[in-house]
Amino acid sequence: MELTLWTYEGPPHIGAMRIATSMKKLHYVLHAPQGDTYADLLFTMIERRGSRPPVTYTTFQARDLGGDTAELVKGHIKEAVDRFNPEALLVGESCTAELIQDQPGSLAKGMGFDIPIVSLELPAYSKKENWGGSETFYQIVRNLLKDKSEESKQTWQEEKRRPRVNLLGPTLLGFRCRDDILEIQKLLGQHGIDVNVVAPLGASPADIIRIPDADVNVCLYPEIAESTCIWLERNLNMPFTTTVPLGVGATQDFLRELHEVLGMETPQSVNESNNSKLTWYSNSVDSNYLTGKRVFIFGDGTHALAAARIANEELGFKVVGLGTYSREMARKVRPAAKALGLEALITNDYLEVEEAIKETSPELVLGTQMERHSAKRLGIPCAVISTPMHVQDVPARYSPQMGWEGSNVIFDDWVHPLMMGLEEHLIGMFKHDFEFVDGHQSHLGHLGGKGTENINQEVKTTISNDSTNTSADPIWTHEGERELSKIPFFVRGKVRRNTENYARQAGCREINEETLYDAKAHYKA
Amino acid sequence: MSGATLLKESGPREVFCGLTSIVWLHRRMPDAFFLVVGSRTCAHLIQSAAGVMIFAEPRFGTAILEERDLAGLADAHDELNRVVKNLLARRPEIKTLFLVGSCPSEVIKIDLSRVAENLNIELKGQVTVLNYSGSGIETTFTQGEDGALKALIPLMPKSDQKKLLLVGTLANAVEDRLTSIFNRLGIDNVESFPPRQSTDLPSIGPETKVLLTQPYLTDTARELRNKGAEIIEAPFPLGVTGSTLWIQAAANSFGIEKSLFDSILNPLITRAKQALIPHVEKLSGKKLFLLPESQLEIPLARFLSNECGMEIVEIGTPYLNRDLMKAEIDLLPPDCRIVEGQHVERQLDRVRDSSPDLVVCGMGLANPLEAEGISTKWSIEMVFSPIHGIDQASDLAELFSRPLRRHEILNPKTPT
Repeated sequence: MELTLWTYEGPPHIGAMRIATSMKKLHYVLHAPQGDTYADLLFTMIERRGSRPPVTYTTFQARDLGGDTAELVKGHIKEAVDRFNPEALLVGESCTAELIQDQPGSLAKGMGFDIPIVSLELPAYSKKENWGGSETFYQIVRNLLKDKSEESKQTWQEEKRRPRVNLLGPTLLGFRCRDDILEIQKLLGQHGIDVNVVAPLGASPADIIRIPDADVNVCLYPEIAESTCIWLERNLNMPFTTTVPLGVGATQDFLRELHEVLGMETPQSVNESNNSKLTWYSNSVDSNYLTGKRVFIFGDGTHALAAARIANEELGFKVVGLGTYSREMARKVRPAAKALGLEALITNDYLEVEEAIKETSPELVLGTQMERHSAKRLGIPCAVISTPMHVQDVPARYSPQMGWEGSNVIFDDWVHPLMMGLEEHLIGMFKHDFEFVDGHQSHLGHLGGKGTENINQEVKTTISNDSTNTSADPIWTHEGERELSKIPFFVRGKVRRNTENYARQAGCREINEETLYDAKAHYKA
Repeated sequence: MSGATLLKESGPREVFCGLTSIVWLHRRMPDAFFLVVGSRTCAHLIQSAAGVMIFAEPRFGTAILEERDLAGLADAHDELNRVVKNLLARRPEIKTLFLVGSCPSEVIKIDLSRVAENLNIELKGQVTVLNYSGSGIETTFTQGEDGALKALIPLMPKSDQKKLLLVGTLANAVEDRLTSIFNRLGIDNVESFPPRQSTDLPSIGPETKVLLTQPYLTDTARELRNKGAEIIEAPFPLGVTGSTLWIQAAANSFGIEKSLFDSILNPLITRAKQALIPHVEKLSGKKLFLLPESQLEIPLARFLSNECGMEIVEIGTPYLNRDLMKAEIDLLPPDCRIVEGQHVERQLDRVRDSSPDLVVCGMGLANPLEAEGISTKWSIEMVFSPIHGIDQASDLAELFSRPLRRHEILNPKTPT
């Protein structure tokens, strides 16, 4: 039993939902109690999806447990297939259904549907979300392609066509996947390489069946796609790339690797320094102030590893902490940390991460949304580089992390939380001037740096002074003040002014609890 | 009962489980800790529903069951004991610890009451350990509060004092306001349950008159009655009428003079009705569909139809307690359709067929409906916002008029 106050990853069936919801014409029947339907909001709220996840929850109740839950499951499966008419059906269970062992996958297979049924077994008491996503994608691909033999396929050169690849791994609730795949498609287009299938994001079961038409698989997100890529290599003889194009150096390495695997010559343009602005910006004089900044990195495996490389090699930061919440990726993160003279932090406990940040006293934290909160408490700037996803990680603007444009975005996202170099330098120079003492750093002049209450007091005084010629000011009674104090501070000043104006208009001499409510009703009406 | 049509439906549901109540209960009683005994799903559910990443150390957590805990129950009990002691050592400010049962803990039959009992003996009163179930196989959403309150009742001291007890979590400011109105009516001894500190429990006895502030407290009401308290029958304090009748029921029960009642309440009623006018203009004649979630659906429909002039298409409710809801159902317009339970797909078909102007629903369904051009209001907001009482009626109405106003601003009708 593990005490958890907050968790980086959800249970494995959430990973399965990410795959199902990323794909088209697929439906997922999840044997689960009603509370598990919360998962829909991850997609409709965080990703602002305008459609429901294609998931039918069996929502069994305690009273069903005495009876035949298997019949209940079959009823839901039949209804889901009739209503949604999917090209393939995923069937699985969440933590509670795993305990009652109805075997919904076998039940579904015995129902005589003529669509592929993919039965998922995701151990909820030992595995987590990313593992569940990876396993689900693998099971879908394996099930849909299991009858494909390793036919003697012709190369793109033999077929006299452009080379084509699959982009594997992007999902909903994955960090910036939506924009990464656009960026990578653009990048490959520039090199004359076509994209055959992007999966799971946007793919239908029919698209999965087309995967073998490509020459090479690009494993964009190893957390989700690595086991699938390995299976495709072993069974269908499809090679795959292992470099994740995050950062300038990694994008160059990725292009070199891909050209080599495809049997193409890498063009010289790959090595040019103006592909991404990150290279020049890091070399510009302002970035002197970035050199040697102490940075703490924590996130999923892929993004943490990439961040360490970019920080160390491309921005000239000093990495003082590196870790991941993903146990599956610990194997890769440990040696990377060691190469930087660090011991990797592998943990699912955010308080342990906060403690590690405190100990290393970095100047910048690159982490998840949770590290953003921890860093805020510690007064350290932070940029978010990894899942778990938050509504802020789904920006309206195009904002990839991969490829050349992704490197530009990374430069901005990481450097802006730091005070810009020149600005920092100037403030250092002028810090003894009167504008900067006592925290007076606000553009609001004399009001800057003071508490809201003080501002309200000042405003109040001003109003009182202005109105000395009019009728006597209403007086706040003790109960009136007490009622006012219950109003949130950020609107309290406005409520005070409105109430006083109302009292003056209404000719009230004093303001009590009722006057406050009278004024509230007056301004509402 | 009035002419409301009561229907039942079963099928796939889209409702939170009782664990979700922890999201507001832990804020109401800051000296209590809620420890869910469950799975990673439970932990993920609560953090997703609460949208929490803001707390340094929240006052709720999950003891996540692992493979080896499923193997032997004796060990699971020992493990839970160990987790609780670690937690309490780290958090000495905790006065009351709720062990909250979940779907998996109920299915494998972890006996939380036994664990709580043993811990209480060991801890010798330094911390009180209680248990209840918030599992989704037994409870929906707000029923979790019902379970938590019921667990506290045995700890309430006995008393023969005459008092009014307000039962159900309210926003603190609203609670103060309602109490002050009762004081003005001459009811001086007014207490609240749950209290603001878990250890500061109100006393109870045959002279206690209970006024329920929330409609989802079935078990709590029954236990309070078993303790000798009288449950005052009334509609719930939502809207001007509901709140007035609710206060009046207490006033009658305490023998308050009609003239005093009128002199205090009438100005409030007049003022509140005035404040409602702009919202009524927006809401009147608009079609409303309520999907089942918070259990507040029936009182809300009553307010929005009777006081705001909305046309009710359907009221969904996760379950229907006819005794507690009787006063509410009596006030509903005739021919109102109340559907108990849910078949979410068929219900959404009915939503689309009836093209309502506003749908009250859970967070998972809101954006898909908005994308279809149907304005929505999250039902979870009703359990977080100060909406109870006469003075809050216009605020309550605004929760519903705002989405319509937004829709109009963003989608102006092109002149024809």
